[in-house]
Amino acid sequence: MKRFAALVQALDETTKTNAKVSALATYFMTAPDRDKLWTIALLSHRRPRRTIKTSLMREWAAELAEVPLWLFEESYHVVGDLAETIALVLPKPSRESDTSLADWLALIQSWREKEDVVKKEEICHAWTSLNHRERFVFNKLITGGFRLGVSQKLMTRALAKATEIDESILAHRLMGDWSPQSTTFEELILSENPADALSKPYPFYLAYALDASLESLDPPGDWQAERKWDGIRGQVIKRAGSLFIWSRGEELMTDRFPELHAMAETLPDGVVVDGELLPYKEGRPMTFQHLQTRIGRKKVTKTILEKVPVVLVAYDLLEYGGADIRAKPLSERRSLLEDIVKKANVPSLLISELVPFGNWGVLTQERENSREHASEGIMLKRKDSPYLVGRKRGAWWKWKIDPLVIDAVMIYAQQGHGRRANLFTDYTFAVWSGDQLVPFAKAYSGLTDAEFQEITTFVRRNTLDRFGPVRSVKPHLVFEIAFEGIQASKRHKSGVALRFPRMSRWRKDKHPKEANTLEDLNAILALYG
Amino acid sequence: MQTSAEGYLCTMALVQFRPEGFYVPAADVYIDPWRKVERAIITHGHADHSRWGHGSYVCSALSEPIIRHRLGKIKLNSYDYGDTFSVRGVKFSLIPAGHIVGSAQVRIEHKGEVWVISGDYKVEDDGISGAFEPVPCHTFISECTFGLPVYNWLPQKQVLSEINAWWRENQENGVTSVLTAYSLGKAQRLLAGLDTDIGPIFTHGAIEEMTQVIRRSGLSLPATRQLTDDVRKADLPLALVLTPPGATGTAWMRRFKKVSIASASGWMQLRGTRRRGSLDRGFVLSDHADWDGLNLAIQATGAENVYVTHGYTHVFARWLKSKGINAGVVETQFSNDGNEASDQLVSS
Ligand SMILES: [Zn+2]
Ligand SMILES: [Zn+2]
Repeated sequence: MKRFAALVQALDETTKTNAKVSALATYFMTAPDRDKLWTIALLSHRRPRRTIKTSLMREWAAELAEVPLWLFEESYHVVGDLAETIALVLPKPSRESDTSLADWLALIQSWREKEDVVKKEEICHAWTSLNHRERFVFNKLITGGFRLGVSQKLMTRALAKATEIDESILAHRLMGDWSPQSTTFEELILSENPADALSKPYPFYLAYALDASLESLDPPGDWQAERKWDGIRGQVIKRAGSLFIWSRGEELMTDRFPELHAMAETLPDGVVVDGELLPYKEGRPMTFQHLQTRIGRKKVTKTILEKVPVVLVAYDLLEYGGADIRAKPLSERRSLLEDIVKKANVPSLLISELVPFGNWGVLTQERENSREHASEGIMLKRKDSPYLVGRKRGAWWKWKIDPLVIDAVMIYAQQGHGRRANLFTDYTFAVWSGDQLVPFAKAYSGLTDAEFQEITTFVRRNTLDRFGPVRSVKPHLVFEIAFEGIQASKRHKSGVALRFPRMSRWRKDKHPKEANTLEDLNAILALYG
Repeated sequence: MQTSAEGYLCTMALVQFRPEGFYVPAADVYIDPWRKVERAIITHGHADHSRWGHGSYVCSALSEPIIRHRLGKIKLNSYDYGDTFSVRGVKFSLIPAGHIVGSAQVRIEHKGEVWVISGDYKVEDDGISGAFEPVPCHTFISECTFGLPVYNWLPQKQVLSEINAWWRENQENGVTSVLTAYSLGKAQRLLAGLDTDIGPIFTHGAIEEMTQVIRRSGLSLPATRQLTDDVRKADLPLALVLTPPGATGTAWMRRFKKVSIASASGWMQLRGTRRRGSLDRGFVLSDHADWDGLNLAIQATGAENVYVTHGYTHVFARWLKSKGINAGVVETQFSNDGNEASDQLVSS
């Protein structure tokens, strides 16, 4: 554990990519195999399921630290991270421990079958034998969410450096459905595996937001345009008679989408289709919120299948006849894809329609009417582009529509977390309904630190009332709130729910009376909801 | 003792909380007022405690050069720690607070009743700021900038040796060590603790200036040199450079080729602060009392009534109440960041 805790500290202490890679590579060259395998699992979103309730952890930590639970919770609110709060609040350790990372994880796993009293005894013993940094790491192993600024790609690069195995080979070996319990470092990373699991997807190719002028992309004829959909990027794999569905988070989601299983019958073997998993009903995409009701649940019931059916909108073909065709130009892959989709002939597999355009003016207009298609904008891809790995500039661009905006009045404020714990950063916004202000959205991002500081001073001087950590303030400040989508909602007083609301501008030029009204909000809902 | 909502005291109290600041009506004197008043007693030189424009000032002898430097031509009287002076029959004395050089608590006694206003303080003796002395009193007005149980400091010695080790390691790798610290207080505390055998110490102008002022009050600190264009480039990777936090984002930093930027502050206790500051290292070193320090200090005064200012006041007051202490919150206009943010105003 000491070695892993030191790695976490080293990763934490630098923002420089090279330093992170070299710290990881050193770790991969020196740590025992079992620890390495676990480290790879943790850095590739394969954290084991939680075996202990966090409410119990809070309770036991508060007890061990001899502080009341409410005070622990207040501290947690400021720190913003449970694992860290516990690490900081506990008294200094009374002994040391040489237990390895893998053994700690084995202990944590073993809690699944244990009584709470046993768990409590073992977790308290661990806490009192680990120093502050080790404790933080230990808690993170239990609760998850390390956020070390190490992507799977970066980890793979370090692993490549340490093992001298090609990065893309490793990326492929690391994909798929494995866990540290089901394999070994030797088997997963080092050994050549001809039957490399049938389920393995390809790394996704992602586009950057368009930041160049359209004219710089001339001629338009070199490009293909499609609508950009707001679902989950996924890959459908059909190999040796079996179908696998992967999401971009590299999660195997085959069981979540039974309506796509019909493809197993009609897709040829040895194909991999890249596309968007999209809720789709009566010839029209539904909203992302609808899709969330599907992803959120483990059991897919008949009712939900009828309510929110999902399709795959096919963008690209990565494998054909069992061969990797990612190096072929997009135009060739596209015609094979069209052919396959047509022959498959299942209602849950649609082709991503091309948006015809002869010049950039036409395309600009098509982008303007994106919302009518329930789309987020336009995707532009070079017809001669290969399918690359990761986020790359140049050959693919996403050209999203501008967000929707509304001017609103701030009515509540709450203190932020962590670095911003001393500032009021979380606000509730309202629009006018007659002379009443109706809250409709919360937002906490989009402003600079200096602006947050200025607003904090305002909040302190203009507090009308306090409800726990929340202060109601004089309705005086006006902000432009940008958002990506809007939906009717019974749970909200205003009757609407926004997608990704954030503060796009502080309208110091506006009097609160000039903010928008609930009618304005309803008009946006009627247009785009 | 009677208080109304929000901790406002009834008019008979020895100290009242007024829009101008803490007020002692019997003496017609304010302590650390944030609006212009006739007579002010100042606990220490940080900008949120010592403001410009009062009719006359009283502070500790060690604070005098700092406050004169900051505020220019003012009417100022100073007293040694422990000396008693009377204003209209109210007895005052200044007691070491351990916060920064010259920092003081204000002890106020009238007709057998004793109040102490802590100003900012820390309990650990850092060697240059005087050792905090708990003063028995009936009512204690305490800061609680770090009044949460997640804020517990390591001994200064240990933190300083981490800083020295970081400097040494950077030096071996040809990397300049840039350490950000507030120009009044933290910078001098670091200077006193850095291992000068490692290499030269360069300073940003704001820190150099304040350090000169403090040397004048008799404190001996290691030699520093202001980092100007005539420092040889070759010397930089050997050096440790002390700069106020505001300077790290500016053109001033461009002179360094390879650099490791660290900060020394109590806020560095939280991972979120360390990470979001884009720092290479965060050293936890504060000039305020930590959780245990606050609790010890309050207990040591034996006060029945405690009012808290700065920081997590509502939480800390609730904690004190749960311990059977009659506690309340005073809303002040001291910087909620403790001295540390306001000090940027002084230095940059
Ligand atoms: Zn202060
Ligand atoms: Zn201060």
